[in-house]
Amino acid sequence: MPKLTIDGTEIEVEAGMTILQAAETIGIEIPRFCYHERLAVAGNCRMCLVEVEKMPKPVASCAMPVGEGMVVHTSNANVRKARQGVMEFLLINHPLDCPICDQGGECDLQDQAMAYGGDRGRYQEEKRSVEDKDYGPLIQTWMTRCIQCTRCIRFISEIAGTPVLGGLGRSEHLEIGRYVGAAVSSELSGNLIDLCPVGALTNKPASYTYRAWELKKTESVDAMDALGSAIRVDTRGNEVIRILPRVNDDINEEWLSDRSRFAVDGLKRQRLDRAYVRKDGKLVATSWNDAFAAIAAKVNGLAGNKIAAITGGQTDVETMQAFKDLFAVLGSPHIDCRPEGSKLWPGNRAGYLFNSTIAGIEQADALLIVGSNPRIEAPVLNARLRKRWLKGGFKAAVIGPKTDLTFKHDYLGDQASILADIASGNHPFFEVLKNASNPAIILGQGAVNREDGAAILALASKLAEATGMIKDGWNGFNVLHTDAALVGGLDMGFVPYVGGYDTAGIVAGAAKGEISVVFLAGADEVDVKNLGNAFVVYLGTHGDAGAHRADVVLPTAAYTEKSATFVNTEGRVQRTRLAIFPPGEAKEDWKVIRALSDALGKPLAFDTVKQLRERIAATNPLLAGEGSLVAAPWAPVGIDGALTDKPLASSIDNFYQVDPISRASKTMAECTSQFGGGCGCNSKKKTGTHG
Amino acid sequence: MLRDQDRIFTNLYGIHDWRLSGARSRGDWDNTKALLEKGRDAIIEEVKTSGLRGRGGAGFGTGMKWSFMPKTEGARPHYLVINADEGEPGTCKDREIMRFDPHKLVEGALLASFAIGAHASYIYIRGEFVREAEHLQVAIDEAYAAGLIGKNACNSGWDFDLYVHRGAGAYICGEESALIESLEGKKGQPRLKPPFPAGVGLYGCPTTVNNVESIAVVPTILRRSGAWFAGLGRAKNSGTKLFCISGHVNKPCNVEEEMGITFRELIDKHCGGIRGGWDNLLAVIPGGCSTPALTREMIENCPMDFDGLREQGSGLGTAAVIVMDKSTDLVRAITRLSRFYKHESCGQCTPCREGTGWLWRMMERLDKGDMTMDEVDMLFQVTKQVEGHTICALGDAAAWPIQGLIRNFRPVIEQKIRARNASAA
Repeated sequence: MPKLTIDGTEIEVEAGMTILQAAETIGIEIPRFCYHERLAVAGNCRMCLVEVEKMPKPVASCAMPVGEGMVVHTSNANVRKARQGVMEFLLINHPLDCPICDQGGECDLQDQAMAYGGDRGRYQEEKRSVEDKDYGPLIQTWMTRCIQCTRCIRFISEIAGTPVLGGLGRSEHLEIGRYVGAAVSSELSGNLIDLCPVGALTNKPASYTYRAWELKKTESVDAMDALGSAIRVDTRGNEVIRILPRVNDDINEEWLSDRSRFAVDGLKRQRLDRAYVRKDGKLVATSWNDAFAAIAAKVNGLAGNKIAAITGGQTDVETMQAFKDLFAVLGSPHIDCRPEGSKLWPGNRAGYLFNSTIAGIEQADALLIVGSNPRIEAPVLNARLRKRWLKGGFKAAVIGPKTDLTFKHDYLGDQASILADIASGNHPFFEVLKNASNPAIILGQGAVNREDGAAILALASKLAEATGMIKDGWNGFNVLHTDAALVGGLDMGFVPYVGGYDTAGIVAGAAKGEISVVFLAGADEVDVKNLGNAFVVYLGTHGDAGAHRADVVLPTAAYTEKSATFVNTEGRVQRTRLAIFPPGEAKEDWKVIRALSDALGKPLAFDTVKQLRERIAATNPLLAGEGSLVAAPWAPVGIDGALTDKPLASSIDNFYQVDPISRASKTMAECTSQFGGGCGCNSKKKTGTHG
Repeated sequence: MLRDQDRIFTNLYGIHDWRLSGARSRGDWDNTKALLEKGRDAIIEEVKTSGLRGRGGAGFGTGMKWSFMPKTEGARPHYLVINADEGEPGTCKDREIMRFDPHKLVEGALLASFAIGAHASYIYIRGEFVREAEHLQVAIDEAYAAGLIGKNACNSGWDFDLYVHRGAGAYICGEESALIESLEGKKGQPRLKPPFPAGVGLYGCPTTVNNVESIAVVPTILRRSGAWFAGLGRAKNSGTKLFCISGHVNKPCNVEEEMGITFRELIDKHCGGIRGGWDNLLAVIPGGCSTPALTREMIENCPMDFDGLREQGSGLGTAAVIVMDKSTDLVRAITRLSRFYKHESCGQCTPCREGTGWLWRMMERLDKGDMTMDEVDMLFQVTKQVEGHTICALGDAAAWPIQGLIRNFRPVIEQKIRARNASAA
């Protein structure tokens, strides 16, 4: 461990650290533009110059490894002078249009200019201007503001694995762009905006709508996919302006997928802001009381087994608990949290979790992906897999959709029978898994949402046991969820009781008239057109498929509008925070159910969210603590059965439009039109002769 | 003055056959096996004894550079990369070597590669050198055919392959790490150092990058001993050097001379003196366009070697001597150099990308006389803001000519400004 002196403080740090990192350990922050701790070192902005005694020139501290006995000065006169020089160079061709720049107020260049900028410009010559590029519907470019730090190039090549950006030209004509003028199509492209230290890449949908300092910042958790990425919801008044990632090394590091970031305009469009009741075939706005009365008129006196409930992909744990309690009182066994017909089953938690954990997947050295396209189902996780692959010594194979996953893998085919071959040892990949020290499997929802889902689970479970995926300190059996709700639902046991129907059974029962009342809680994926004459009560946020079929619509809150518990694909219990209030008369889902129970004359035993959460904790202690992650003990999972020859596919066919929020989003619609469904989806991309 | 028997490049003017038979008649490839049999350490020691300093401009000890390579080959192979991307304006020495004495380079490549433990060597040649690349390829083919290189080169048991790679015409690709990037097929942009190429170079493997001239003199040093080479020139500035003299001399030429020859002797002996006589001499750029220009007083009796010119605030660089007489508009000339650096900056790091353009624009104004003396001081300051703050030395190279102009030729600048003010009035 080398010892060095930084600004008079002697410290001992790990060998291989850079001066910049060493300085950070003692709280000395060195200004930087190009350096980013998660990207390769470029050393090109020269802002982090420091003086090292006995070295002839100032050195870039972001790139210089510490050495024994170094004496470093990070803020003496020479260093300040060097940085002032660099700052002057950065500013001579910068447009200085901070008053109209969306980055204003949160701009590294602006901040550093306060410290190192001159009070007046000495540059008398003509300024450079650079033509803006079209990066598509998500990223607005202002290339004249660019300081060529190359963070965007490094992110898109290293982290996203879609090397579409580069530096074109040289000298002062160096421009960042694409060789062909196409948009930047990556599921992680929004992160370029965060990485850009200046206002060259800004949030296009939010252009000119905010100033950074006007926004109220609420730290929350994402519910647009099953990762539960840490996010910050920036709001002004009662409007979500933008969503940014927060650092959470266990899940998303500091990245966020484009859907999670840019679907925010969907929170404002097509919202249900008051109750509706269908009268003469049309939904008519009404009061809560009338809506409850309409439901009570149908439900009261009905036998319990004529009522059913299905919850959707963004239903929180509190709602499910409330529903469960209500249905227990009503005496109905027909509840299901798996609107897409997943064959996952509660009880054996290890059988439906991402057991290796998201961060833990970096320990895997062999991986089999079955029925999943992680690049569109969980882009942030896919970046993790790519990161693992870049480290080397990682063999991956895919049974399922053939796509570019941004990391090298063997494509084995799309038949479930291949999994059977591997599980029985009749396939070369069995040996790869067996010989690996930390083998892993990722089962996508595309593998378990099928008729033979339970059989596939059983095969995967056998394979896991046969290849040593389950051992002390390592569980490589991973189910990758796509919905924020499902793990919570399974933890709650929100599945049919004995004799109850699952989603398919409820739909069939409704069609046959066995079921007369169906509650849909944001479950728009259900085949709503075939619910027969059933009376449909829709609790939800958007005028989506479910609301169109509904007889009563009860408006509820989206994930940014409530404090709600979600369990991510790893089984991590997390809670969102209320950033804005629900629109109009919409209420938090559990409150709606509590009020409904009164209307039905069967009041539930909780009045506050605290009481409700206490009840949740009492029924399932795992869901008590926020942020907790408890490893699930292994037990075999699945039911042996016959396989079908239906090809294994991803459960998502369009990355940009998955849930009611993203379906309502104009931005996401534009992305769909420009990029198709994202990588490897059934491409809906426009062709040159389209339209 | 260099005696004829001490000349290394005996076919510098192309009057003899440049092919293998001609080269052999001049002593190249003479019992190369015996040289190889001395062993790696002995070769490096001999080159260290010779005091040979890199001929590409920076003047770093060649033997020293070789000794930085790992002693034994590990998992990663070693490479020798020969920098033939001769792009420094005014310089045309490597061109002549590759044209007329390519076998010196090929033999030197074998010996140097052996010394650093490399089985493969790449010659990165400037794209504009079409004929030179052809000659070089012919020489390499001849050497392969004669068993001098390839498997069991010269029957020494050492396998050695030599490749010519043609560049695409970027000045910055003459910087060793940008050259390596370019050779790898990437955009030619200098890398951060450390790590140095001897640790992490071509394809991440230990690599030595040497100039053509540095490599081409190695066979002769090994044959005639390092002590002989060290006996030429001055201490720490030993040996012979190819000078490329251009500009306002009566007979511009390339010539091999002893290091430390005075400027006056160099010009009078080989170039027929200054055009219009010594009193007509205005300025001399002694080492390629990145070295600061010197006045007659400073350079006339200055020994032309690394340390002699450094004492005058300039440098030997590539020994491309550009002579300018009093008919020259020196500000215009330096402005042109500024434009060159602005054009050739790779654009990677801030001071060079932004600074070279600023400097050029200010030089254009200065050239018109459209500047105050205060601004001239600011110009000097800006050169100081670029110098020493960049990833590679191109920033320094862009700054020095302007610094030389302001430091040594202030009257010329003042005259420009006065002339403009007078005409404006």
